[in-house]
Amino acid sequence: MQFMLLFSRQGKLRLQKWYVPLSDKEKKKITRELVQTVLARKPKMCSFLEWRDLKVVYKRYASLYFCCAIENQDNELITLEIIHRYVELLDKYFGSVCELDIIFNFEKAYFILDEFLLGGEAQDTSKKNVLKAIEQADLLQECRREPPLTVCFLSAQLTTEKPL
Amino acid sequence: MPAPIRLRELIRTIRTARTQAEEREMIQKECAAIRSSFREEDNTYRCRNVAKLLYMHMLGYPAHFGQLECLKLIASQKFTDKRIGYLGAMLLLDERQDVHLLMTNCIKNDLNHSTQYVQGLALCTLGCMGSSEMCRDLAGEVEKLLKTSNSYLRKKAALCAVHVIRKVPELMEMFLPATKNLLSEKNHGVLHTSVVLLTEMCERSPDMLLHFRKLVPQLVRILKNLIMSGYSPEHDVSGISDPFLQVRILRLLRILGRSDDDSSEAMNDILAQVATNTETSKNVGNAILYETVLTIMDIKSESGLRVLAINILGRFLLNNDKNIRYVALTSLLKTVQTDHNAVQRHRSTIVDCLKDLDVSIKRRAMELSFALVNGNNIRGMMKELLYFLDSCDPEFKADCASGVFLAAEKYAPSKRWHIDTIMRVLTTAGSYVRDDSVPNLIQLITNSVEMHAYTVQRLYKALLDDISQQPLVQVSSWCIGEYGDLLVSGQCEEEEPIQDEVLDVLEGLLVSNLSTPVTRGYSLTAIMKLSTRFSSVNRIKKVVSIYGSSIDVELQQRAVEYNALFKKYDHMRFNLDVLYDLVSLLFQANDLLDLLGGNDVMPVIQTTLPTKPASAGGELLDLLGDLSLSGRTTVNGLKIEFTFERANPNPNIAVITIHATNTTEADMTEFVFQAAVPKVSHDLSVTFV
Repeated sequence: MQFMLLFSRQGKLRLQKWYVPLSDKEKKKITRELVQTVLARKPKMCSFLEWRDLKVVYKRYASLYFCCAIENQDNELITLEIIHRYVELLDKYFGSVCELDIIFNFEKAYFILDEFLLGGEAQDTSKKNVLKAIEQADLLQECRREPPLTVCFLSAQLTTEKPL
Repeated sequence: MPAPIRLRELIRTIRTARTQAEEREMIQKECAAIRSSFREEDNTYRCRNVAKLLYMHMLGYPAHFGQLECLKLIASQKFTDKRIGYLGAMLLLDERQDVHLLMTNCIKNDLNHSTQYVQGLALCTLGCMGSSEMCRDLAGEVEKLLKTSNSYLRKKAALCAVHVIRKVPELMEMFLPATKNLLSEKNHGVLHTSVVLLTEMCERSPDMLLHFRKLVPQLVRILKNLIMSGYSPEHDVSGISDPFLQVRILRLLRILGRSDDDSSEAMNDILAQVATNTETSKNVGNAILYETVLTIMDIKSESGLRVLAINILGRFLLNNDKNIRYVALTSLLKTVQTDHNAVQRHRSTIVDCLKDLDVSIKRRAMELSFALVNGNNIRGMMKELLYFLDSCDPEFKADCASGVFLAAEKYAPSKRWHIDTIMRVLTTAGSYVRDDSVPNLIQLITNSVEMHAYTVQRLYKALLDDISQQPLVQVSSWCIGEYGDLLVSGQCEEEEPIQDEVLDVLEGLLVSNLSTPVTRGYSLTAIMKLSTRFSSVNRIKKVVSIYGSSIDVELQQRAVEYNALFKKYDHMRFNLDVLYDLVSLLFQANDLLDLLGGNDVMPVIQTTLPTKPASAGGELLDLLGDLSLSGRTTVNGLKIEFTFERANPNPNIAVITIHATNTTEADMTEFVFQAAVPKVSHDLSVTFV
């Protein structure tokens, strides 16, 4: 995968994950063009389109478009499953996720994505494992409970944490 | 100083802004606060401030002043700081800036951290945006983690290694030992990422590919277990066990089996099994079947397996899900060359897809349809494709028209069918036809000698209906000029027009707003040519002299030249054959210049009166002797100059010299020279200088 974009039906960007090095200017240009192209698609059209020299896979969930740019040798159909898995993870984490959750907790959406994909590929195919890892990492942040053995040395410093 | 406002508070506030200006104002105010907070080196709230900055960055506002702060967060001991710091680094830094190199040391420390989640952050960041230098420095750490027994870290290290290899391919070797027992893992995460790593290595290095071929049996076994094993809640997706891993294994098998008979044979059974046993009701199953088909088609599979694969694609074409139809058409396009007959069986379904609503599906169906056209199905296929041409979106018309011309040329069952097909294209999609089609079609028509009468009659009729489509008009004008005598002489099947009617039509083209300058050139030339075929010469003379003062320079030149012919060689008017030869040569030059599309064409005639009377047999050359014709044009930097002269010492040879010069700075490649001999038989020999 080269990049993933999440945007609303009005074209507002909610998340952008880039797995290829590009300048800020290029990213903005690509985002603008691609968002326009996808929003112009009619509902009856298929989820794939050729754009520049890439394949783009997109799917709409409620008011959010999830859009991935993949390489020519990548499997479009399984990419749809990857997108779906990410949505499921968000759903489980936030409890019936909606766009507002992602707006107000964008950093968490990134953390979840980074626990699921690395360099554009899935790290773990088990939903349970990904969610467990996020849960544990969140615990490290909050330090509300007795932290697990592997992280107990951090507990002293963590008590001075300020919430975001 | 009060605590900086919290992230969620800021988001809420910014969302209340009713205009872009209001939002900008809020953002600027907050940025100023954040900047002063950064200047004060506030450790407590740095994390909060950077998080806010990241939000504003997503809205499109500049956030570069936060880059160094991200580095400070990464270096902090607090987990929250590191989490936001690394996120900020991934969002704000890119490998083009030197600043990111400062991260290297932090990442190195964090890769060795005692907390796996910190190590995970470091691996993720490195694997997402590590530059070549960083990768070089840290490859050793990644390699170490690839060998750990901690599956959480091992899976991340594998994907991080993929990134390192992509950035610094020479480092691939160092990861080889660590791959030794990657596939013996039970953990699916490690398995999946290991397969990705192996795939990357095999794709990049033929040596690695050879080395890893021995893994085929193991991969086959793993795949088999996935299919045969019962329900596993952890990895189940709609009744299929770990489809992500299955797809990845299939892809690796494809690469391993590609040019190797033994490997291909070893995977034959499992591929057949997957192809027949996978549940097709959901997208997940179809994703696996799709990958299986790609693998079967790419390795050295036996024919039974290939037919199975194509049939799967055929079933895909009938699927309600348009995504499935789309991938089917894409895959069939890839295999149509190698498995032509098998794909032919699905031809009618493919042709039906021409009527699909989705643009991408239509395009693929069109490409595939052209690929399937052959001598047997040409008539039926062409009917469908012409119907498609009629009704398709403009973006398809040019490609479709070209495709039809190519197919017609290759497989036309008869000359008449061919001409009819061309006519159909010109009349329905005439304005979308490519520029080079016009000379190609003229060539085709010239060569179909027995069809000249039929062709010119049909083209004339088409002109009567519609003069807006320029390629059609140009071809028609040319034909009328060339074969006008056939048009009026009763050789046609229907009522033939009279000379004046034909001239009316051609003159109409000259004055019409719809005609482009090129088209006008064709018309004028055609009118002139008819002076040797028609008897209404006076009318033609009049038209030609009118255009001698046309605003259009090109038309003016031609008209002047033609006028000159009329005046100087009036006494030869009755020796039609000879005049025709001369005029023909001139027209060839003009037509050629037309076809080249030059817009600073300058044909020049210098004339002197003939000093001796024309003698039989050598009249043409006599004319040439006193008339030097030349023409010059420049198209896209290629300058071409023609000169016509009598050869010396052999006066029976006319020498046409063409100088082609590259006036641009760049090289010109693929310069093709084609010479057509005029209708009257002359021997043409070409010498390159």
